[in-house]
Amino acid sequence: MTDFDYFKYHESCGHAACPGCGEKILLRHILETLGPDTVIVAPAGCAAVTDGIFPHTASPVPFLHVPFGATSSAAAGVRAGFDMQGKEKTTVLAWAGDGATFDIGMGALSAAAERNENILYVCYDNEAYMNTGIQRSSATPFGSWTTTTPKGHLKKEPKKNIDFILASHGIPYIATCSPAFIDDLKRKAEKAKNLNGFRFLHVFSPCPPGWKSDPKDSITIARLAVETNIFPLFEIENGSKLRLTYKSQGLPVSEYLQLQGRFSYLKDNEKEKIQSDTDSLYKSLIDRESSKTRSKIVLED
Amino acid sequence: MKAVISGNDAVSRAVKLSRVQVISAYPITPQTTISEKLSEICGSGELDAKFVKVESEHSAMATLIGASSTGVRTFTATSAQGLALMHELLFWASGARLPIVLVDVNRAMAAPWTIWCDQTDSLAQRDTGFLQFYCWSNQEILDTTICAFKIAEALALPCMVCFDGFFISHTHEVVDIPDQTEIDEFLPPRKAVTKLDPADPRTFSGGTLPDNFMEFRYKLQKTFERAGQVIDDTFGEFEKRFGRSYKNIETYFIDDAEAVLLASGSAASTVYHTVRKRRDSGDKIGFIKLRQFRPFPETELLSMLKPGVAYGVLDRNLSPGTGGVFTQEIRALLNRNGNPARIGEFIAGLGGRDITTANVERIFAMLKDGAAEDSEIHWIGLKEH
Repeated sequence: MTDFDYFKYHESCGHAACPGCGEKILLRHILETLGPDTVIVAPAGCAAVTDGIFPHTASPVPFLHVPFGATSSAAAGVRAGFDMQGKEKTTVLAWAGDGATFDIGMGALSAAAERNENILYVCYDNEAYMNTGIQRSSATPFGSWTTTTPKGHLKKEPKKNIDFILASHGIPYIATCSPAFIDDLKRKAEKAKNLNGFRFLHVFSPCPPGWKSDPKDSITIARLAVETNIFPLFEIENGSKLRLTYKSQGLPVSEYLQLQGRFSYLKDNEKEKIQSDTDSLYKSLIDRESSKTRSKIVLED
Repeated sequence: MKAVISGNDAVSRAVKLSRVQVISAYPITPQTTISEKLSEICGSGELDAKFVKVESEHSAMATLIGASSTGVRTFTATSAQGLALMHELLFWASGARLPIVLVDVNRAMAAPWTIWCDQTDSLAQRDTGFLQFYCWSNQEILDTTICAFKIAEALALPCMVCFDGFFISHTHEVVDIPDQTEIDEFLPPRKAVTKLDPADPRTFSGGTLPDNFMEFRYKLQKTFERAGQVIDDTFGEFEKRFGRSYKNIETYFIDDAEAVLLASGSAASTVYHTVRKRRDSGDKIGFIKLRQFRPFPETELLSMLKPGVAYGVLDRNLSPGTGGVFTQEIRALLNRNGNPARIGEFIAGLGGRDITTANVERIFAMLKDGAAEDSEIHWIGLKEH
């Protein structure tokens, strides 16, 4: 850990995020871990907008705004530019939401992962296009309300499994993180910082306006996501070695769902489906963790 | 040193001589041999640069936006669909004031599919805020690409160097290749005014509200307005050092000409040849070669174009519903300035169709018959349809 004090740099300028926003909590703790020799590359999204409007910025480190689908490539370019100037130690932090990661930036993300670009990519996942006003993304879970999956037409498809997609690239490090488990988050950020190659942190980012939840419940919801196995905490090294980093209580998913208005239209049988899908996905994680023979995570089982 | 090289090879040599530090590109015909050659010389260490081999042209330009923001010299090359895929990023590069140099090997835009030449691809990017040059020889490609870095960095503007696919890109010519030491004196390493630097943290290209955005665009426009002088000075210095002269507009037998054709790119060779030949027969015809499109050389053109001469513009491009882009630009320029000179519009050579001496002779004949006075779009070399 470094002694970098994020708030020291925030005395005169604050960010513009909503109350209870997970993204800013995550950014604060990850930047504290990475320290000042870091550069942020961020596409369109909540993080870009809430950092400040010109000429104001809340970022204590250099912050490069880039177009929506350009995160991974621009970050790779920053890396190349720094490397040509002997700044190999500077951390290039790609900081993008789920829309930029799961959807519009997916091709470039996969390409940068395949090239094993030496960047740390963090996806703050609030499970929809929140900055444009709550439209579904491929990170939106089954049964969720959004403005493009309205009442009567809730999202029918499950959330895209970004972690396994990235794992199939064989990159050095993937980890899921939660703002309710800061020690786990900081340990993973520190580990990612000290590795070379493409590192991916998938961080769970509660969004009160988008999830129709009370801002005071953000951390509770994040904790319940982990305790119900909706968002298990694990890490994958070199695309193969999976380890669950927290043993959850295995609470029923209804405890997680009931705090969020986006799930208020679910019927009982849909809630049961979410429970059984969650159980089977979690079981597959446990199986993969215990499997010593598997060289890479395969998606078809 | 003199060598017989292709137009695409002239680009690779220029990139090496310019000591580019980060390259990113995606293969597309007819640009591909530039990427191949640059991969070789980056791999061998002949050029000390990072070549980021991306999955799309969108990512190629995004990579250079990232790299250029750190203060290094950057380069990419593309054609047609690839350039169009970069479109969003081209605005970003100019808005962020990044001196990225892009070579576009001109190729027509599909559909239907074609890999052959016209200039619609780059001319369709005219509003993106890139400087644009059109070359007609391999020597000019090499020299212009080197100068493009100096000009782009002096103005903090991105620059596009264009030349015709296959007609120039794959044609071999004798090219005088300058010594590295001479180029190093002419083109020192880039000095970025601001850059990404953890020791001096700044935020780049963040959100603006209506009270700020217009000033960014005003400054961009003002830079384009002074760009002409910087370009002239740069090519002037180049001429002093290397003995080769390049003007934004180049003229041939226009002083006493009764009919004058304006054209850019590889068609220039055919027009030069035709004018020389017809002059021998006593025809009073001339040629204006358009080399610089952004900024458009308005002052020079206005001083040249006079009433009483039949002018024609040969456009190897099409803006459907309107016509040729060069014609539009020149007519608008004349109109804005109350210059009564008349311009005839000729569309030719789309999708790689040859522009022959017979085509050019036909255009001059039509100009003599009053084609400059009408507002028709004259299609040259069109088959029965």
